[in-house]
Amino acid sequence: MKALTPLEEFPFFTTQIKSFINWTRKNALWPLPFGTACCGIEYMAVVGAHYDVARFGAEVVRFSPRQSDLLMVAGTITEKMAPVLRQIYEQMPEPKWVLSMGVCASSGGFYRAYHTVQGIQSIVPVDIYVPGCPPTPEAVIQGIMKLQEKISKGDTPQQRLHEKKRAAARTAGDSSIEPIE
Amino acid sequence: MEYQFQLVTQLKEALGDGVIEHHEKTNNPNELLMVIKPADIRRVAEFLRDSKNFKFLMDIAGVHYPSSEKPLEAVYQFYNREQNKRVRIKIPHLEGEKIPSLCPVYKAANWFEREAYDLMGLQFEDHPNLTRILCHHKFEGHALRKDYPATKNQVLDVPEVFSFPPLPVNPDDDPLTTQRNVINLGPSHPATHGTFRWYCEIEGETITRAKTEIGYLHRCFEKMAETHKYQQIIPYTDRLNYCSAPMNNSGYCRAVEQLLGIEVPARAQYIRVIMNELARVIDHFVCIGTTAVDMGALSTFWYCFTQRENVYTLFEKLCGHRMLTSITRIGGVFGDLDDAWKSECRALIKKIRETVDEVDGLLSNNKIWINRMRDTGVVSTQMAIEYAYTGPALRASGVQHDLRKVEPYWFYDTFDFEVPVLKEGDNYARYKIRILEQRESLRIVEQALDRIPNGPTMVNDPLICLPPKSEVYSNIEALMNHFMLIIEGVKPPKGEVYSYTEAANGELGFYIVSDGTGYPHRVKVRPPCFPIYSSFEEVIQGGLIADAVATLGQFNVIAGELDR
Repeated sequence: MKALTPLEEFPFFTTQIKSFINWTRKNALWPLPFGTACCGIEYMAVVGAHYDVARFGAEVVRFSPRQSDLLMVAGTITEKMAPVLRQIYEQMPEPKWVLSMGVCASSGGFYRAYHTVQGIQSIVPVDIYVPGCPPTPEAVIQGIMKLQEKISKGDTPQQRLHEKKRAAARTAGDSSIEPIE
Repeated sequence: MEYQFQLVTQLKEALGDGVIEHHEKTNNPNELLMVIKPADIRRVAEFLRDSKNFKFLMDIAGVHYPSSEKPLEAVYQFYNREQNKRVRIKIPHLEGEKIPSLCPVYKAANWFEREAYDLMGLQFEDHPNLTRILCHHKFEGHALRKDYPATKNQVLDVPEVFSFPPLPVNPDDDPLTTQRNVINLGPSHPATHGTFRWYCEIEGETITRAKTEIGYLHRCFEKMAETHKYQQIIPYTDRLNYCSAPMNNSGYCRAVEQLLGIEVPARAQYIRVIMNELARVIDHFVCIGTTAVDMGALSTFWYCFTQRENVYTLFEKLCGHRMLTSITRIGGVFGDLDDAWKSECRALIKKIRETVDEVDGLLSNNKIWINRMRDTGVVSTQMAIEYAYTGPALRASGVQHDLRKVEPYWFYDTFDFEVPVLKEGDNYARYKIRILEQRESLRIVEQALDRIPNGPTMVNDPLICLPPKSEVYSNIEALMNHFMLIIEGVKPPKGEVYSYTEAANGELGFYIVSDGTGYPHRVKVRPPCFPIYSSFEEVIQGGLIADAVATLGQFNVIAGELDR
C-alpha cells in the first residue's frame, strides 16, 4: 500500500485567518476598468482570448464601483475627468486597490499640458504603477501579479492606514475599529 | 487654375467687387484661398452652398498671430464633393470682433465654432450655445493663444451639472403623466466607452431631449504640437485615433511633406498603404466587436480581437510596438518589410478573411442583431451632408465618396477595389459597410504585397531625414547632420497646408501653419468623428436609450481624436 503523504494522513493545516483571507482576496480581484484612452483598448486585449487575465482570477469586469475592488485606471486623466475619478473611487467599498496603467495615468506621460492631470496620485492612492505607453498586456499581467503579492502580504496603503488607525484607537482604549479581516 | 478664376469672378459678380480682399492659389490644384471681412462670411457661405454646390463645411480653425495687426484669424474649409473642389476662407480680425455664426447655413458649424471659441477665443454672433466644449466649464483663458503657457493647469473640483430649459407647464395636466425624467449616462459608463457623457430627458424609455458633453479626454494635442518639433509630433498623432494609429501618423506626415513639397519613394508609399489598410481592418473590427459587446453579443468580440491581436503581432515585428506604431517618418517610413513578413501577412489575410466571414455570419442574419440595428439611428443623406459626415457613416447614408478614389494618393488609383455604398443610413447599414470595406481593404493589401517595388524607404535629403546609424558612427558629416537635424528639426518653408487622407472614420485633415522654424505655428486636426458625433443629439432624439447605445457604437467615436 502506498504511503500516505502528511497532508493525506492529517488533512488539515493551520494558518492565520488574515493570510487565508488575503489569499482568497488576491485570487478573486474584481476590476473596474476606468478606461479612457489607448490603454483602455489595450486593457481589452488583456481581457481578450489571447492574454486571458482570467488565469489570474481578475476577469470579472464590473462597471459598477459598488461591485468591484480593483480600480484599473487605464488612460489619460484630464482635469475635467479628475472629480469623476475621485467620486468613483469613493464609491468603491473597502478593501480596494488602485492600479495605474500606463504613463499617462502614472505621471501625465508626454502630455505636459494644461488639461492633463500630472499623475493620478494627486487624486487617488495608487498601489501599482505599470509603465508603458501603452503597457504591453504582459506588463499589465505582471502588475496584477505584483498587486497579488502585495495583497497576500497585507501590504497595501489602505491596509497599512487601517492598521495604523486601529493601533492608535487601541492605545486610546477604543476597540470599536474592527480589523480589516 | 481655370476653376478658381471662374469662382472668384462669379463671387464678385454676385456679391460685389469688395467681397474678396485677397485670393491666391495654394499648393493643392483643387483649392482656392480667399481672405474676406468678418461681416461677409454668411453671404459668401450661402453663395458657395447654394450656387456653387459647396455642401460640406469641413473644418473651422482659429489661428493666433500675436505680432500681427489683426491678431486672430478664423479659417474655414469648404468642400464641393461632386467636382472635388475646395475653398479655404480666412478671416483676419481684431480681438473682440464678432463673426456671424454659420450655424444657420451649415449644421456642422455648431461644434466647430464652439471649439474655436473655447480654445482660441473667437467670438461668433448668433451662435445658439457658444460655451466651452473641450476644456472644463471653469477653465479661464483660451488655451491655444500663444500667451497661454502650455503647462498651466487649472484644477476642477466638481463636475458640471446640466439641466434642460423647463418645458411649458399646463397646471391642469397630471404631473405623473407629463413630468419627464432626466438621466445622466457617463462619462464612466460601459456603453459610453469611458469618456462621453450624455444627459437625456426621457419619457418611458424614449429620449425626448438629449445633450452630449465631450472633452473628457482633451489632452491638448494641438498645444503639444506647437511646443514640439515637426518630427516629435509623430508619436502624438498615434494617440489621436489609437485604434488605427498608422493612419494618423501617415496622414500627418503627408501634410508636412506637402508643406515641404516632396514626394516619398514608391516603396515607402506601398508600406504606408499596407499599414493603413491593415489598420482600417482592425479599426473596423474594434468598432464591430465593441458594438456587439454593448448589444450583449460577447462572443463576436473574441472573434474580432483575436485577429486584431494577430495584426498587432505583425506590426510589432515591423516596428517594435504593437499598438501605437509610429512607423511613418517625414519623408518615408522607418521600418522595412522583408519576404518573411510578406508571407506571414499573406497567411494572416486568409485568416482575417475567414474571421470577417464568421463575424458576418454571426451577426448579419442574426435576428436580435437585426432588430437592434435596423431602423435605429437613421441618418438621411441630407442630414449626413449638412453635418459634414465622411467615411463609412457617409457611405452608409447613400453617398459614394472616398478620398482614395476621388483624389488618389499613394498609388490608390492603381489598386483594384470597390467603394461600397448603402442607402439606408441606419446602424445596420453602417455595420454592413464596415464588413464590406474590410474585404476591400484586404484586397488592397494583397495587391500591394504583390506589387511592392524595391528601393529606398526614405527620401535622400539630409535636411529632412536622418542618415543611417552606420554612417553616423563612422563619418563626421553624417554625425553633424544627425546632430543638427535632431537639434533644429525639419524646417518647412513659410506657408500653410490643409492635407487630408481617408482614415478609418472618414476624412482626417491636418491644417498646418508653418512660420519657417522647426516648430509649427499651428496644427489643427480635423478629426472625422467630431462632426459625426455633433449630430448625435439630433439622431438619438425620439429613439430608445438602447438604440442610442447602438448608434454610438456604430458612429465609432474614438475619444482620442474627438477630444484630442
